[in-house]
Amino acid sequence: MLAFIARRLFQSVIVMLAVAFIAFMVFRYVGDPVSSMLGQDSTMADHEALRERLGLNEPFYVQFFAFVGNALQGQFGISYRLQQPVSQLIMERLPATIELAFASASIALVFGVVLGIYTALRPRAFSTGVIMTGSLIGVSLPTFLIGIGLIYIFAVELKWLPSFGRGQVVDLGWWRTGLLTESGLRSIILPAITLSLFQLTLIMRLVRAEMLEVLRTDYIRFAKARGLSQRAINFGHALKNTMVPVITITGLQLGSVIAFAIITETVFQWPGVGSLFVNSVAVVDVPVMAAYLVFVALVFVVINLIVDILYFIVDPRLRDGAKSGR
Amino acid sequence: MTDLPHSPEQPVVAAKTSRWKTFLRSDIVWSYRHSPVTIVASIVALVLILMAVLAPWIAPYNPFNPATLNLMDGFTAPNSNSLGGRYFIFGTDNQGRDVLSTIMYGSRVSLFVGFSATLFAMVMGVGLGLVAGYLGGIWDAIIMRVADVQLSFPAILIALLIFGVARGLIPPNQQEGAAIWVLILAIGLANWAQFARTVRGATMVERQKDYVSAARILGVNPFIILLRHVLPNVMGPVLVIGTIGLALAIIEEATLSYLGVGVPPTQPSLGTLIRIGQQFLFSGEWWILLFPAVTLVLLALSVNLLGDWLRDALNPKLR
Repeated sequence: MLAFIARRLFQSVIVMLAVAFIAFMVFRYVGDPVSSMLGQDSTMADHEALRERLGLNEPFYVQFFAFVGNALQGQFGISYRLQQPVSQLIMERLPATIELAFASASIALVFGVVLGIYTALRPRAFSTGVIMTGSLIGVSLPTFLIGIGLIYIFAVELKWLPSFGRGQVVDLGWWRTGLLTESGLRSIILPAITLSLFQLTLIMRLVRAEMLEVLRTDYIRFAKARGLSQRAINFGHALKNTMVPVITITGLQLGSVIAFAIITETVFQWPGVGSLFVNSVAVVDVPVMAAYLVFVALVFVVINLIVDILYFIVDPRLRDGAKSGR
Repeated sequence: MTDLPHSPEQPVVAAKTSRWKTFLRSDIVWSYRHSPVTIVASIVALVLILMAVLAPWIAPYNPFNPATLNLMDGFTAPNSNSLGGRYFIFGTDNQGRDVLSTIMYGSRVSLFVGFSATLFAMVMGVGLGLVAGYLGGIWDAIIMRVADVQLSFPAILIALLIFGVARGLIPPNQQEGAAIWVLILAIGLANWAQFARTVRGATMVERQKDYVSAARILGVNPFIILLRHVLPNVMGPVLVIGTIGLALAIIEEATLSYLGVGVPPTQPSLGTLIRIGQQFLFSGEWWILLFPAVTLVLLALSVNLLGDWLRDALNPKLR
């Protein structure tokens, strides 16, 4: 297992270096950092001095390693638009995005698994048909329309929930959370539902398909023959074996959730990293774009790694395979 | 559309008729005629596309001609006359633009970007897929590795990034005019990998077959072998991905424009219209948002259903 994790770690480092290279190319060659930082009335000598100070006259590979070195310390320069260090901007907004991502992943996981089991155990029921059709519509609607629809129903017509922002936040020193105040909790409901719908459908269909598959296998029939209760069979035996693909999909989707949060955050004016990125793209704020790229890649790589390790914990067959096989 | 009454009366154009008849008897027409959902979807798609293409001639008003705009017409509710005395079936927006006309012109932009981006992705993906599948080795490894990495990120994120980079490379005074092409480039580059992966697989299968060996032994140029012999045999899946890709591209374009990084406001697409409409949701002018949104959903859904049908019709194994 250690050898496996080491190999995966090595691959992750390669991927991160490749992404850092792309980010560096964007950072270095899109727009002109010097004229973005100096005002209109600067002289050529100012330009040259700044180029020298920023190290832009150094050879290419020196600049790249300097970029990687800075990135490792979380330094991505200063935002052109907001004139603040990028790392500070991202750290300020990260809690909002992470809370949103985890809230939506929890909704998706709980409802996805429950509905998946329900539709698998009652394949012919009318309610199953309704749920399956509804899930198809959920997939085919663009995310931002779902968000707008929810705003219209719950904020404009019913006036139950707020339509934008994070509500009141509590400062815990290193983390500003919206989950401890009533207005914060009310604010997160709509964005979290919007973000979760796609994942929810995916998990539900996956659990349903896996359950239907597993329920046909011999060991389930044997369990029935032994006279075990339905509940013990369904939840003790069948559900356990559907969990591996569910973990994979949920884990891998968590990365997409961070990226898809871009849309949800814009619809609900949620002050997270996604909306920061969209605003930066609109005005070509290169340092923020480069930093976001590295950040998202890091999230993807870390999640992939965690998912791989979780396999070993959940599925003993893989553990044995790793010991004897490779 | 039955072929029976035609057959006895048209012996003159025998060759043409029989080809037409063969077409009518083919599996694909059979499966089309036996799928009511597909028939409805194709009619909806056709109507929407015609509305978009013919917009300059059939739209009731020209919403982008300032001379015909009248602020007195602003915020007219659907199916009513404005204060200026004109009739608007879908109402007007804040500037007095007819919502139906803006939708027709907006679908034009959406469809143009969608089609162009999909075509771009298709040409690039099929080309690279053919090369990767046929040559194998190092080219295959490089192309498919890039495709793998790209497929593991959401397309919308990649499109946003490419859009931002391209915007940074274009001088500011040309950005307005170039925006739509940048958008096509971004969405196209974000979607090529699907095509490449499918075509590569199909090409690797075809490459083993005797007709390719025969052509190679005859000394045919590899380029000609790929285009004339291999390409037609891998087109089926490409068409399916292309159709579903078109629906995706339309939604991606709408999303980017909704986020405010797509087409300029002077040339609104469906996504821009939805973005504009959302501002008036709280003040009760729901029609400015609703009609563009419904159009977008109908367009994406009907094209998607056509793609699903095409996949089943071209792949008899699934039936």
